[in-house]
Amino acid sequence: MDFWTLANALATGLLTGLVYGLSALGLSVIFGVIRIVNFAHGEIMVMGMFFALIMFRWLGLDPLLSIPLAAAILFVFGYALQSTVISRVAHLPDHMQFLLLAAIAVMIVNGSLLIFGPDPQAINISYSFDSFDIGEDLIIDKSRAYAAIAAVAISGLLLGFFKYSRTGKAIRACADNYLGAQVVGLKVDHLYALTFGIGAACLGAAGCVLLLLIEVHPYLAPGYTLLAFVIVIIGGLGSMTGALVGGILIGMSEALAAIVFQPSMKSAFSFGLLILVLLLRPQGLMGKSIK
Amino acid sequence: MTDKAKKTKSTKIVKSSISRRQFTAGVAAVGAAASVGPWYIKNARAANPLKVGVLLPRSGGQAQIGIDCQRGADAALPILKDLGYPELKFMLADFETKVDVARTQTAKLIDEGAQIIVGAFDSGATMAAAQVCEQRNIPLVVNIAAVPKLTGMGLQWVFRNFPHGPMIVKDAFINQKALFKMTGHTPKTVTLMHVNDTFGSSLAGALFKLAPKFKMPYKIVEKISYDPYGRDLSAEVRKAKASGGEALWVVSRLNDAIMMTKEMVKQRFEPMGIMSTGPGWYDQEYMKATGKFGDDVVSLVPWHDSNKPLSKTLEAYFAKHHPDRQVNPNHTYTFEGIMIAADAYKRAGSTNAKTLQAALRTTNITNNVTTAERIAFEPNGQNKYVKNSAVQNRGGKNLVILPQSAAVAKPIWPMRGWKKRG
Repeated sequence: MDFWTLANALATGLLTGLVYGLSALGLSVIFGVIRIVNFAHGEIMVMGMFFALIMFRWLGLDPLLSIPLAAAILFVFGYALQSTVISRVAHLPDHMQFLLLAAIAVMIVNGSLLIFGPDPQAINISYSFDSFDIGEDLIIDKSRAYAAIAAVAISGLLLGFFKYSRTGKAIRACADNYLGAQVVGLKVDHLYALTFGIGAACLGAAGCVLLLLIEVHPYLAPGYTLLAFVIVIIGGLGSMTGALVGGILIGMSEALAAIVFQPSMKSAFSFGLLILVLLLRPQGLMGKSIK
Repeated sequence: MTDKAKKTKSTKIVKSSISRRQFTAGVAAVGAAASVGPWYIKNARAANPLKVGVLLPRSGGQAQIGIDCQRGADAALPILKDLGYPELKFMLADFETKVDVARTQTAKLIDEGAQIIVGAFDSGATMAAAQVCEQRNIPLVVNIAAVPKLTGMGLQWVFRNFPHGPMIVKDAFINQKALFKMTGHTPKTVTLMHVNDTFGSSLAGALFKLAPKFKMPYKIVEKISYDPYGRDLSAEVRKAKASGGEALWVVSRLNDAIMMTKEMVKQRFEPMGIMSTGPGWYDQEYMKATGKFGDDVVSLVPWHDSNKPLSKTLEAYFAKHHPDRQVNPNHTYTFEGIMIAADAYKRAGSTNAKTLQAALRTTNITNNVTTAERIAFEPNGQNKYVKNSAVQNRGGKNLVILPQSAAVAKPIWPMRGWKKRG
């Protein structure tokens, strides 16, 4: 194997990893604050993909330009879901919350099947089949590069929001100390709904970005839910930077595994990495240890 | 005479005492029953259609193919009715693209009264269904499944009207040689990419086993297997490109075919040609998703013979009911699977499993749609007459290029470069 084959694979792995990271960010945000494991994670992201598909088919809109609208719509969906349904089971045992989210996932899949059918649906935009040439031998897929740039920008915005905005700080306060946040008069229920909305908006954006790379169909979701779990566990549950780091690690390790060994070993490598992290650093690479 | 002897004698007398009147009445009753019988049986058959369990992947990763197969089954009902076949009743089952679900769904179909099973597209799922059918003594007519051992392990209730791996590979080799000879371009090296499931692995295995026997003019320089549920095939395509194979041979499904083509264009990977032995590359969805880049791919697959009368009927049905779709193997082999069940029922005159099994063994259908000269089963349940064709994508259509007897176009080989496609 020559140097450029490896370099191309690593570059692709890095770009793909950033997109994976963005998709896992929504899961991490929601778990980090509300402490609910969103089993409908992949399904909400696929909703974002279908939305971008509709925008493309109806208005010819590039999925990247659909991001603000998809994020806004899924924010409203997430906010409503948290405030009307999920908040009612927040006090119940974990397994009941899991079941509720799993049920929502099944409903979304079946709804998508009814509306869009089972066939994979792709978009062909002007740069779908184009690449950038860097030097003579490094070829970077344009769609992947744009998707990665969008992923970095959205992740940066989100991190900035949580670090510098008053609402972001209030949400973090809820995550750090639920009782304390209530004592100082924060509207915790509203902030929780806001967090779920932000998580869903993040998934909507990730869906738009992902549509640049793959075809959408209703059964796509479970694979991405599982991938997001692997990423956030590697990066550290609840850590936003951890989600990005985990995404990059998974993207690059999969690319390397495929090139150096056999492509069918990619998943084995992802899960191998997960087991390694769980053995050596159970809280994840960027997670806080629980004492 | 003792008491016991008297009693025995008396019993004998009672047993043999049939009066002339009783005898005459009995004969009349038997005569009446005999005269009414055929009418009764005939009407019972009409009133009780054969219950056909149609087992397909209607959800999950292969959903679109399962639904496509169902289109072939749906076409069979009106067409077979016009041909005078008896009435059928479909019992639809979905194995969710999961082998374990195929097993439970087959058992459920049988529990609910299915008298024959047709399916299941996927080799692994069909193997699971075959085991259940064998245990429960219900015939299984395989529409599509290539795994060789399905008809190679002595199953008595399995009937496959589809080529198994070695048959597909053998025909592929023959068609490849003919293609290279016709065009004067022979690759010296080939890279093989295959999906890592029962179908892909068994076909790739057969290919490696049989290649030396056929003295192919090329060497397979790399064998790349990939996950059937892979999210991204960029690394796989990169590895194929790095392998240096002059031509690419793929055994894949639909989603991976689309992803692979996009990656090949983006990575500027331009082999002499792409040869596919499997579904995906000839699909309408594939051509829709890849546009001009989907052209020139050669699929070495079982196809239908457009010159046969029943093929024309099927094509007319699709032109009317599915104008956006061309007839493909998903349709034709599922259609023929249903036709085989109907034909066995017609000749058996009964829904009894043993009788249906016996009728299936003596199947001999010559008015069919595929390139097979006839549908007839060997003692192991395999139809040895099924054959492959070479089909090339051209402008969103599938054109048969080989065998020459069924060809409608001349091949484009080597394939045109990505930038030379208008």
